[in-house]
Amino acid sequence: MEIVDRLLEGDRRAMARLMSHVENSSAHAKEALALIYPHTGRAHIIGITGPPGAGKSTLVEKLALEYRKLDRKIGIIAVDPSSPFTGGALLGDRIRMSKIALDREIFIRSMGTRGKLGGLARSTNDIIKVLDAFGKDVILVETVGAGQAEVDIAGSAHTTVVVEIPGTGDDIQASKAGILEIGDIFVVNKADRDGADRTKLELETMLELGFYGTKWKPPVLKTIARDGSGMVEVTEMIESHMDYLKSSGNLEVCNRERIEREFLEILREEVTEFIIENAKTQGLYLEILEGIICKERDPYSTAREIRVRVTGQNEPE
Amino acid sequence: MVSKIRVLVAKPGLDGHDRGAKVVARGLRDAGFEVVYTGLHQTAERIVEAAIQEDVDVIGISILSGAHMTIFPMVLKLLSENKASDIMVVGGGIIPREDATSLKKLGVAELFGPGTPIKDIVTYITENAAPKDL
Repeated sequence: MEIVDRLLEGDRRAMARLMSHVENSSAHAKEALALIYPHTGRAHIIGITGPPGAGKSTLVEKLALEYRKLDRKIGIIAVDPSSPFTGGALLGDRIRMSKIALDREIFIRSMGTRGKLGGLARSTNDIIKVLDAFGKDVILVETVGAGQAEVDIAGSAHTTVVVEIPGTGDDIQASKAGILEIGDIFVVNKADRDGADRTKLELETMLELGFYGTKWKPPVLKTIARDGSGMVEVTEMIESHMDYLKSSGNLEVCNRERIEREFLEILREEVTEFIIENAKTQGLYLEILEGIICKERDPYSTAREIRVRVTGQNEPE
Repeated sequence: MVSKIRVLVAKPGLDGHDRGAKVVARGLRDAGFEVVYTGLHQTAERIVEAAIQEDVDVIGISILSGAHMTIFPMVLKLLSENKASDIMVVGGGIIPREDATSLKKLGVAELFGPGTPIKDIVTYITENAAPKDL
């Protein structure tokens, strides 16, 4: 496939175009992704998440600058929400990344969530693979402004950085399940504002309680991303986390889990799409759906019936 | 397959009047497009680099400073140097009629002056954005 050859040779346009095909789930996308798969698995994937306005984009820009000093090639994926009503999106993360806009070793791609909840877009994992195959060493993934439950990034990234700002709640907020459980590193950004030390302390207390003797204890760092304060420390901490993942064997475990999860998702989609397409071409889909809506059938036995009909088997062999 | 039209809205040069660009960006979003907004003070080089990375179908440039006879030709030249002339360039702002004529000759697809309804821009882009092949 020509576009894949060009991508592997380092053609940025080919990469950008392939990303569009992946996002649009075009007929060529799966074929191309299959071809690049052997070239993936090298990059360090770093997730940056936190509430809207916490400074994620600015932090990403500064992290990219730090990693360029280490001579790493960088891919950035910046996710913003798509409208649930029109499907349109205003992708504005580039505004805060103007200092790195012309570096040839940095590639920035903005994505709309396109209906996916959880903080990432539907095809973010595949876009990560494209950047990985292209030869990026570090891939920074910025999630949508995340509240409490947008935790998908933890399944995609090796290292998750949770960005908070001073004065965002008390110690009970810090004890809630969700986003505060997924941080490998916590950053209190805008640390020149009042209450930064208190927020840092509350996060540390929360982490202390949840510390069950694993070797990695998530640190809490203070930054002022706007002027770059604290960014060297964050970068070093991310590197330490990767060292920890490698030396503890957790990297391999995480990779295996990630690959299994992704495979199951791809398999599910493939099988479901096939069955639904089949039912649609046979003109049965609407009839079945109508039956479920007016309660002539129930969805549970219907799904089972369809499965038995397609596979010809009642139970797995 | 769900093809989405992607548009880069850029504001080049030193003029800080971005209200128009923001209104257009918002209008295009509401029309279901994915709009990449780059903010103020963009150079032609940055605009073209962002357009390539984001694989947009259209670049929309807003100029009110009078620099249109410099910026548009530079963007077109850089696009062609990067083998990206398939990306459509449109513009808006204060552009005299005779300049508009020569810019269109150079390859700017369309210019939308003050008072253009968003609907017209949306229709133009929907009808003229080329489908993406491999």
